Amino acid sequence: MTPTTKSYTIDVHHVTRVEGHGSIRINTRDGVVEEVKLCIVEANRFFESFTRGMLPQDIPWVVGRICGICCVGHQLAATRAVEDAQGITISPQTLLLRKMLNESQFLQSHVLHVYFLAVPDFVGAPSVLPLIKTHPEVVKRALRLKKLANDYTAVLGGRTLHPMSNTLKGWRKLPDLDRIEQVRNRLLAAVPDLQATIDVVKTLQIPPYERETEFVSLKHPDEYALYDGEVFSSDTRAGVPIRDYRSVTNEFTVAHSTSQWSRWHRESYAVGALARVNNNFAQLRPEAQEVAAALGLQVPCYNPYMNTVAQVVEIVHCAHNSLAMMETVLNGGLQEEDIRHTPGPGWGVGAVEVPRGILFHEYVFDAEGRCSNANAIIPTSQNINNIEQDMKAFVPQMLPHMSREKLTLHMEMLLRAYDPCISCSVHMLNVEFVD
Amino acid sequence: MAMKPKVAFFDFASCEGCQLTVLNCEDVFLDLLALVDIVEFREAMSETAPRCDVAFIEGSINREEDAQRLRGIRARSTVLVAMGACACMGNVQARANFVAPAENYKRVYGEAARNLVQTDPDYWPLWAHTRVRSVKEIVPVDFELRGCPIVADEFVHLVKALVSGTTPHFPVQAVCVECKINENECVFDHGETCMGQITHGGCQAVCVTQGYRCDGCRGLLPQANLAAHQALLREKGATEASIQNRYRLFCSAEPPGKGRRI
Repeated sequence: MTPTTKSYTIDVHHVTRVEGHGSIRINTRDGVVEEVKLCIVEANRFFESFTRGMLPQDIPWVVGRICGICCVGHQLAATRAVEDAQGITISPQTLLLRKMLNESQFLQSHVLHVYFLAVPDFVGAPSVLPLIKTHPEVVKRALRLKKLANDYTAVLGGRTLHPMSNTLKGWRKLPDLDRIEQVRNRLLAAVPDLQATIDVVKTLQIPPYERETEFVSLKHPDEYALYDGEVFSSDTRAGVPIRDYRSVTNEFTVAHSTSQWSRWHRESYAVGALARVNNNFAQLRPEAQEVAAALGLQVPCYNPYMNTVAQVVEIVHCAHNSLAMMETVLNGGLQEEDIRHTPGPGWGVGAVEVPRGILFHEYVFDAEGRCSNANAIIPTSQNINNIEQDMKAFVPQMLPHMSREKLTLHMEMLLRAYDPCISCSVHMLNVEFVD
Repeated sequence: MAMKPKVAFFDFASCEGCQLTVLNCEDVFLDLLALVDIVEFREAMSETAPRCDVAFIEGSINREEDAQRLRGIRARSTVLVAMGACACMGNVQARANFVAPAENYKRVYGEAARNLVQTDPDYWPLWAHTRVRSVKEIVPVDFELRGCPIVADEFVHLVKALVSGTTPHFPVQAVCVECKINENECVFDHGETCMGQITHGGCQAVCVTQGYRCDGCRGLLPQANLAAHQALLREKGATEASIQNRYRLFCSAEPPGKGRRI
């Protein structure tokens, strides 16, 4: 179609349909790829700086503001880190409620990503809006599923965005059992919508590009790890305690780029739905394993575009797992707990899986119980290096038989497949281009 | 206003949760789309627009390049709405204004990176960062949607009013008023302190109703008696430092917390 001797620059400023501002830059000369860069242009917000001086109980509440889509995940990772630092242990009831809250966010975020951010690419639409005319049933179903997931978060957390019910040691106000039952019934009734979601994803043409990489996720001996576990590598098939997370993330800066990058056992690693499904496939609920088989997702899977499929597998897992957890709560009821706490000194680390991958928070408190040091490492800053490595591997393969427009689309689709959350601008630096 | 106004969303430094709140209006989303043309919404669509009737601005303005971009948006929009606590008053990230930029960079990126930024002109052009500002500090704002995040009902009310050519009405009343309507037990009665008396309502006191306190994310009421409120906090045992912390948690860029002692 196009000769292989093309020279051009692709410069996508402010990639759309991702959270936050990022840019892709690709330079080719005479058919040879000279430069592939993924740049972050988000303004710094310095959460790790301005949390200093804050009291333990305020930190999860405020750092949830790092990201609107992952606000629950940030809140939970921070809560775990602060509790670790303050020597707080939680009850089985609080653990169960936290897991439910977390899975509600997975449902909401994955549905949003699959329907609003990814599917339009595959059907050749610039956004979800034209689909209202061409695929009204798909859009209405997306809205139904998203609303259900949002209501689930609100029932558990007090509201959908920046929920306030969860705090250190437990719940400020326990969820209402009747409302949990209503969400349970709606989730049961949503099974046809989930099936229809699977059918839509089955029709998507996934680009066939593969690159072997290291997958990093939490791993737990007893369950598909989303809330708790060790940090596990697919390369070593072994884990390290989350308090040793710095030996995993190994943040570094590079001359040409701009965000802090991560690497563990090789030049880059991937976190997120595909990493989790690859590392913990056997612990997925059987219904989710069936969906993986139906959608052609076999582990290990090294095609990053399949992350969208892995998200659908997790939607089904979280739906069925949530139904089981809701049964437990409805059968056992909920008891008020004493959540009073006196701040003290300490150091702690917390990690949870959020929809986009593993998220770490770390806090140090001084003798008065005020925060003296904070660190947060988000999934996207861990993935950036891997996304750029994918781009470097795929662009030369795509270049001979793709137009500039198609190549641009595939690079944007690749970036969007990772579902990056660039607005979490902790640990990201801005860059300006000189064209 | 045009019969079917062109509406655009722009994001600056924020968690993008307010735009997400717009996407979360599932029940009325399709109805709203029938009333307006969304011409730019980077979080949800790929298109961009040269001009629009209503621009929704999310996020605080942190760098000069952001201020320039905002001025450009103001120039090509008829109505400009500051959407959410970041746009209205800087929100939590304005706490970074109380620390020198070099110190902020050191804390987040380490001393070596901070030194390179300070000494090497080719290394990360970061000094464009000045301080966190609200939208109205840069350009005139026509309407404010308060809160962290915004309240979906207020967003829908604003859009409907703009479409029908009426003036949207947001009652100027304290969170306390709505808290009483919800028949909540007063936060002060169980040993906590609260910002509800001096904070703009409209959230239906959702945080207190859900078992927490009000932290003032909707900003200070213009006529609030701050001296009386601070006296009350002192009476409840709060120190000057903790009062300042309460006032600055969400309202750092607003008077009276703006770089001065309250």
